[in-house]
This record gives sequence, structure tokens and C-alpha cells, in this order.
Amino acid sequence: MITSRDDVWQKADVIAVDEVADRIRRIVLRPELPRPALPGEHIDVLATVNGEPQVRSYSVVEAPDNGGQLVITVFRTPESRGGSEFMHSLEQGQVLRITKPLQNFPLRVGAPSYVLLAGGIGITAIAGMAALLRRLGADYRLVYVARSRAAMAYLDDLAAVHGDRFEAHIDDEGGSLDVQALVAGVPVHTELYMCGPIRLMDAVRRTWADRGLDRTNLRYETFGNSGWFDAEPFVVRIPRLGVEAAVGSGESMLEALEREGVDMMSDCRKGECGLCQVKVLGLAGRIDHRDVFYSDRQKASDSSMCCCVSRAVTAAPPTTSGDRPAVLTIEVP
Amino acid sequence: MTTSMTTSTTTSTTNSTTAKLLSYPLNAWYPAGWDHEITSKGIISRTIAGRPLALYRTQDGHPVALADACWHRLAPLSQGKLMGRDEIQCPYHGLRYNSAGRCTAMPAQETLNPSATVASYPVSERYRYVWVWLGDPTLADPALLPDMHQLESDEWAGDGETIHAPCNYQLVLDNLMDLTHEEFVHSSSIGQEELSESEFEVTHDENTVTVTRWMRNIDAPPFWLKNMRDRFPGFEGKVDRWQIIHYTFPSTICIDVGVAEAGTGAPEGDRSRGVNGYVMNTISPETDRSCHYFWAFMRNYRLESQLITTQLRNGVHGVFGEDEAMLQAQQAAIDANPDHEFYNLNIDMGGMWVRRLLERALEAEGRSIAARAPAPAASSKA
Repeated sequence: MITSRDDVWQKADVIAVDEVADRIRRIVLRPELPRPALPGEHIDVLATVNGEPQVRSYSVVEAPDNGGQLVITVFRTPESRGGSEFMHSLEQGQVLRITKPLQNFPLRVGAPSYVLLAGGIGITAIAGMAALLRRLGADYRLVYVARSRAAMAYLDDLAAVHGDRFEAHIDDEGGSLDVQALVAGVPVHTELYMCGPIRLMDAVRRTWADRGLDRTNLRYETFGNSGWFDAEPFVVRIPRLGVEAAVGSGESMLEALEREGVDMMSDCRKGECGLCQVKVLGLAGRIDHRDVFYSDRQKASDSSMCCCVSRAVTAAPPTTSGDRPAVLTIEVP
Repeated sequence: MTTSMTTSTTTSTTNSTTAKLLSYPLNAWYPAGWDHEITSKGIISRTIAGRPLALYRTQDGHPVALADACWHRLAPLSQGKLMGRDEIQCPYHGLRYNSAGRCTAMPAQETLNPSATVASYPVSERYRYVWVWLGDPTLADPALLPDMHQLESDEWAGDGETIHAPCNYQLVLDNLMDLTHEEFVHSSSIGQEELSESEFEVTHDENTVTVTRWMRNIDAPPFWLKNMRDRFPGFEGKVDRWQIIHYTFPSTICIDVGVAEAGTGAPEGDRSRGVNGYVMNTISPETDRSCHYFWAFMRNYRLESQLITTQLRNGVHGVFGEDEAMLQAQQAAIDANPDHEFYNLNIDMGGMWVRRLLERALEAEGRSIAARAPAPAASSKA
């Protein structure tokens, strides 16, 4: 299966909305141009945020009726950039603009065994893969982790469908996932597909590398929307241009700079391609690197950052951050 | 209350069209190349069913079919290099991909973009061909490969070649499903008037079509007289001749052909006084107007003779060259007469069943039956 980024927009009717877990809604869309969807595919949705159209991506959880319906599932985060709030405001009968299903996270058929790892709302990208592997009779494990049971969409359904192949790890029930043990137990040619918070994915990536497993067998999708710290407002300065911008907790640094009229270059907007990188000249606080473009070594040097997803935070533990925001001084290409 | 079957069901149409440019199913195995063509020493570029492919083998000998366009700027990977155990390097900026199509090296960065992949299509190697599946990979079951066992059997010997035929693949299937054309196209080798005088029988199921024709007590045409004399030196006299055409979805046609001394029981099953060949044909659409036509001629007598293998391959090469010229001329005439339709004859029965099976598969894939490519602009030297 190949990746795609073709973005032809179409209309879609909202035909059902259900709350399926704490702050998680299942939204069923009927696209104007139905097309079967493959596991790992997502749609881009035109959301309205502060009166402005903004693109958000949501994994297709299932696509019944040969793609005649597209089911997405949206978690409303307090630190949301406004997209999930908009999505949670949707009601049956409304009309959205969406793309056809796009593929950035293809599941390869034919691996000797699979581990599917979902953290929280990341289950939306993983559930369809599990369903397909089950249908194909493949050797797979489905591992679903979250902070609490209430925040786990589809938990009971997945447990029932996948039986012995399914395991849940729930932090507040004392069942946190042991990443070391998970990776240590993976047979050599296993492919691991994961979608979840960046802390979880980074831990798996490091353990995977430490074990010397083939890095191309570790597959993941990131929408760049989780970090090591909660998002908080910060200030960014570009001395050469005389620009100073306040970056709100609900927007990216890239968006804030664009709003200030800085001519910025970017492409993927999810921390993969590196086109939006900026040089860090000065820093009061620390950088929350949320991208997958830089290596750990590069991130540790803090000499540059991907401004589409990465942020500045105060150095103090996030719960005690004072009134003074972090300040970044940068240079742009 | 009674229900009427005719009004309560809406079954799909059972009428076959005679689309002049038939589209091709994608959920099917197509031959990508001969086993000997695809190697771990180099990469070949070949388009199958409209998909440009880079074909090679890993150092372990496993065949690989990758989309022939780098993820980055679409440079053709087939012009790149093989590296390491299973990798291919883009000739432009050096991105490397493994046999699963996943990027393993990118220039000027310490990480790999997780989205960087090219399609790696399911492949299967059997019957001297490497087959590729370009549709839904979850349906790629090697059990669906057509039966061409004569190509790798101890009981058969022979060899074949590839024709790059400049026509829609369906024209080749039509050609092979109706052999009355031999009388006109191949008059010096296998043609004879009894071909169009004799009766034939057509049967089918959901995956195959069979056309059977027997010609009894006839003179053997030159090709078959030579074969009889290879096995029975000095043979003279009448023969019973058979052609049993076995089509298997989507585009494989194996033709059981032969002659036996007339009246010795061949039609009833005793071929001991005859010679038997199998014409193995399997066709990959390339574009709407071209295809890769892989053929071989196998025989089950004088297996030790490389001379006969070479003579038969060369002989069939000549015969199929006549077909190629006709198919090219036919495609050109089709394109030059866009307002004209195809009409059908009795002799098209087998070919029409083939179309029906292909059309049902296309419908099941939700794809249109007619290929939609516009005709190439007519050249004019006015």
C-alpha cells in the first residue's frame, strides 16, 4: 500500500454523533464521493476555529458500506487548538468539507507477526488494522493503553472481538505498560504499528533501537499534537525582523508567526518533514520537541526546532508555572 | 401474496459489451516477467496494468516489485542501484528503500520520515514467471494463480518468449479464444480450411472458459507433419487434430493442441499414436493499448531433444509474429475508426465468455468496463 496526499475536497453529511467515552465522540459521516477506506487512512476535515477554516486530520475508524460511511472518533482535549471543540459541536444533519481517505500509515500485509499499540485516542488509527489482521488470520497482538478506563473508546468491543490477542493497560488501575518488556518480547521480524502520545512512542522507539531491531519495522503515525509538557502560552521573537509574537496554548508557533505576517516555509505540519525548522538563538525556558524529524542528539542540543509542532515551556514543572511565559528567540530562513 | 422474481430482483446486467478498449481487473495475478529476467544483479522497469514497476530480487533470491517512483520527487527507482541485502537506491538523491518499500536512508537528516514509503506489491514466483498483484493486497492469495504446471513439469519440455504487443490485452485474448484465424493468418504453418469448417464446443464456469475443436481425418498442416515425424519418423497419412483452449481468469490461456494418426482413438482419449503440445499464454495489460504477451510451447514427447525445443520455439516465434502484425494493424484500425463498433460472430463465443468474466470482475471492483484513455492523435501529413 502506498501513501497518498491527494486532497480533493468533498461534502459529507453528519449522520450520527455519539459520546462513546469521556470527552470522546464517535461521528459518522456520509461522504459525497464514497470510496472504500483502508486501515491507517485518515481524512482531513475543514474545521472552523475562531471563525477561521482550519484543517484537522482524523483517522478513519471504520468505513462501512464500502466507504459509504466514514466513522471518525474525536477526543476533546482542554489544550485543543480548537479543532476538537468544533468537532464536538457537530450535530446530525450538519454538512462538513472533508477529503477522501488519505494514507500516511499503511499496514503491510504479509509480516510474520504484528504488535499493534494504541495510546488513548490513538486507537482510532489502530482499530481498523486489528480488524483487518483478524480477518486475514494474521499473528497479532493488540495493546491498548490509557490513563483511565473512562477515557478508552471501544474498550469492551475490542476486548470481545480480539479475545486473547487483546490486552489493556490502564494507568490508574495500576496496570501501566512496561515498554521494555513489550519490546523485549517481540519476535525479530515483527512489525509494530503504534499511534499515541509522544512519550509512549518515544519510549518504544528508544527501546526498539536499543534492541537493534530493524527500524523500518517500527511504524507510527503522529499528528504532532502531544508533547512532554502540556501546551502553554509562550513568546517568540525574531530580532532581525523586529517580530515578537505571543503563541497561545491553542495554536502552533508556526501559526502565530504566520499570523504576524512572517513569510514561513512549511509542509507537513506534523513534525515529520523538517521544512519549518527555525534556528534557536536564545531561550528562557525549555523546548518541548514534539517532532520526529530531529534525532535525540539534535533535540538535546536545542539549536533548532520544528515550529509546526514543537513549543517552548517554562522550565519549572508544568503544574507550578508562574506568570512569566517562556521566551524563544529565533532566526528564520 | 406472490413475488415475481423478474421484478423483485435487480441482478447486474448479463449482457456482455464489446468494448473496444477493455479495462483490466486489478485484483488478479499478472505475470511481471520470466523467472530469468528478474535478478539480483540489476533492476528492470516494466509497466503492468498501468503501474510502472521496478523489478528485482533480493540477495536471497526473493522477487520484489516496487512502484517505480521515489516517494520524494518520483524519480524512477529502476534507474537506481541495488544495495545491501534487499535495498534499492534512488538514482537522484540517494533515498534507499527496502523490499517492503520502506525508506531506510534519507539525505541530510539523522532520522527517517515515517511517511516515506513506496508501494511494494505482493509477488509470487511460479511456473517460470514472477507474478504481481496490483489490487487489494489483502486478497493476494497464491492459490488464485492460474494452472500452468506444464511449464515446470518433468513430463513436459519447451521454452518461450515475450511479445510486447501494441494492442489492448483483450485483442490477444480474442485471438487465442478463436483459432479460425489460423487459416488466414498462419496459412503456411498451422492454417487449414478445416478449422473454420469444423464444429466447436464452448463451456464455462465462474473462472474458466473452454473451447474444444476436433478435426478428424484431415491432412496435417506443415507444422504438425514435422512434429509427427519427430516422434514417428517417416509418418505419412491422415490425422485427427485437436485444439482445446483453456482460459483462466484474468488472462491466461493454455491450449492443448496436437494431432494423432487418424482413427487411432485420440478423440476418445488414446493419444499414444500422436504428438501433444501445450501453448502456454499469459498476458499482462501494460497500458490500455499495449500488453506483455508471455508465451511458451511445451511438448510431452522427445523431451531429451534441445533441437526440437529450439525448433518449436523458433517456429512458434514465426507464427506469433504473424499474430503480432495483425494485432497491431487491428489496434491501429480501431483507433482510426472511433465511430465504428465491434460486431460479433458465432466464432466469438469463447471470447465473449471471457469478456463476460472480465466484466463481472471489473464490476465487482467498482471499475468501469471500458478503458477511458483517449485515442492517440491521428498522425496526418496533409
